[in-house]
Amino acid sequence: MRRPAFRRSRGEGPFRFATTGAGVVVLAIMAAIAVFLIVKAIPALQANTSSFLAEKIWTPNATEPKFGIAALAFGTVISSLLALIMALPVAIGVALFISHYAPRRLAGALGYVIDLLAAVPSVVYGLWGVIFLIPFVQGPYTFLNDYFGWIPLFAGDAVYGKSIMTGSIVLAIMILPIIAAISREVFLQAPRALEEASLALGATRWEMIRMSVLPFGRPGVISAAMLGLGRAMGETIAVALIFPATFDITFKVLSNNGNSIAANIANGFGEATPIGQGALIASGLVLFVITLVVNTAARLIIARRKEYSRAAA
Amino acid sequence: MTMSPAVITRVSFSRRLKDRVVLGLVWLAFAVAVVPLISVLWLVIKNGIARFDLEFLTHSMRNIGARDAGGGAYHAILGTLEQVGLAALISVPVGLLTAIYLVEYGQNRQLARSISFFVDVMTGIPSVVAGLFVLAFWVLVLGLGYSGFAGALALSILMMPTVVRSAEEMLRLVPNDLREASYALGVPKWKTITKIVFPTAFTGIITGVMLAIARVAGETAPLLLTVFSTDSINEDPFNGPQMGLPLYVFDQAQRPNVTAVDRAWTGALTLILIVMLLNLVARLIAWWRSPAKGR
Repeated sequence: MRRPAFRRSRGEGPFRFATTGAGVVVLAIMAAIAVFLIVKAIPALQANTSSFLAEKIWTPNATEPKFGIAALAFGTVISSLLALIMALPVAIGVALFISHYAPRRLAGALGYVIDLLAAVPSVVYGLWGVIFLIPFVQGPYTFLNDYFGWIPLFAGDAVYGKSIMTGSIVLAIMILPIIAAISREVFLQAPRALEEASLALGATRWEMIRMSVLPFGRPGVISAAMLGLGRAMGETIAVALIFPATFDITFKVLSNNGNSIAANIANGFGEATPIGQGALIASGLVLFVITLVVNTAARLIIARRKEYSRAAA
Repeated sequence: MTMSPAVITRVSFSRRLKDRVVLGLVWLAFAVAVVPLISVLWLVIKNGIARFDLEFLTHSMRNIGARDAGGGAYHAILGTLEQVGLAALISVPVGLLTAIYLVEYGQNRQLARSISFFVDVMTGIPSVVAGLFVLAFWVLVLGLGYSGFAGALALSILMMPTVVRSAEEMLRLVPNDLREASYALGVPKWKTITKIVFPTAFTGIITGVMLAIARVAGETAPLLLTVFSTDSINEDPFNGPQMGLPLYVFDQAQRPNVTAVDRAWTGALTLILIVMLLNLVARLIAWWRSPAKGR
């Protein structure tokens, strides 16, 4: 809309300046985050007596600091992927349930129940994981290890509640609501005419969903999954309480090994020397870049489809 | 020869079976999603209610030994209210003005498009990275020390994109007719925005702000890196370490004795009550406002 041109108001300039300024502040904050993380990471990286990318151990507080991101980045990726594998099918089911199965009157309320999962603070999930989930999973893990130990993920001599797997379960619960919410929005926007046409041709409800809703929603679901993945990677406090906090690279997710970038920052900060803090900031920078890539890819997928305009969370 | 009338046959058994199986799976998925919610809420209420007393709400942890019973979270509750309040004071004006710029002034300018893109990017910043940034910038480079305000800065970074996005959505819902009618009466643009557009979208914007506040109120990681933590009451958010309720839960949960874990549960209960209350009020405002109810 164009501004009426006949008279300039005295307030117009300052107001316009304030709104534009606020927008620029947002850009400045993003730039500042990148700049200050880099500035504080460099001294620690220079003091590092080992390769930051390849080294597994993390002893930045020692007189000869040695630290590397390899084990932490590996733990971050594998725990988030596991969480996504567990959360995605359930989230799609929930989204379909709310968009196409639940009674209409109930759908809104049921959606709210799922949103409540997202409202529970992560530290509460962490507490729940430590006190309830860790003892609770011992039995199922033993079962998995005994009968499915031939799968590398479940291999190992002993199983532990305090493991990557338990952290992944908690992460799965935490990212489920966001994946379900975006998928639900996308499924609801599937063209009504297509749905009705397939029903009119005699399709059952599942056939209608498989042939007209799911193909339409697929890019949206993919991008929802990636946003969920990004969130799982950045999640800190819940996994800081649960992960075993050792610096190993192992696929044995039931063993007492593993850590993640974010969990290591939360657990290592208290005793960090200045070099240690710089090392943690450097690892945070890596986390920032990884989540940035994942999130941007997700946004690009969702932005390409104009139909999804309402779904961008 | 006459055509035989079309016969509608029953849907074959296997197709009906598949339909039923999927129906069952979809219900199962919903049940699976709700189980952890019920489990978490049940345990928090069951374990938290025991210490949810006046002492918990009015006392700090000062001079409470590692194994002592008693003690409370007054210092943490106070800290959380101050930090979240300050975060809202910072992020709400910036967020609202940015949203106004994007909707009313931005049109398709390059600046508006890049702001919009980076607001999305900001949504995805892990909370611990926001904490690290404030640590690097405020505490290490400027040397201003750990304080409640540093925590508020970190929280405001997490709040800002949520505020911008929800406010933007609400402003876009305001019909253009209103703006045009106002221009036709000779009202300048900025007055149209502040007196016509903004009030029309006001309740929706309030809902978004409340949801954003509820979201950051439960954040722990940024506080851990910026407010440090303390067992004593510190009323001044600008000076010295403070406590926050999520941080309190984290701190107590790591201590290996029953009395501390009990306090952690009660802290979790208090935190959930605060967050749920904010959520509920936000939804009530939205529900009371919105004419179109449904899914």
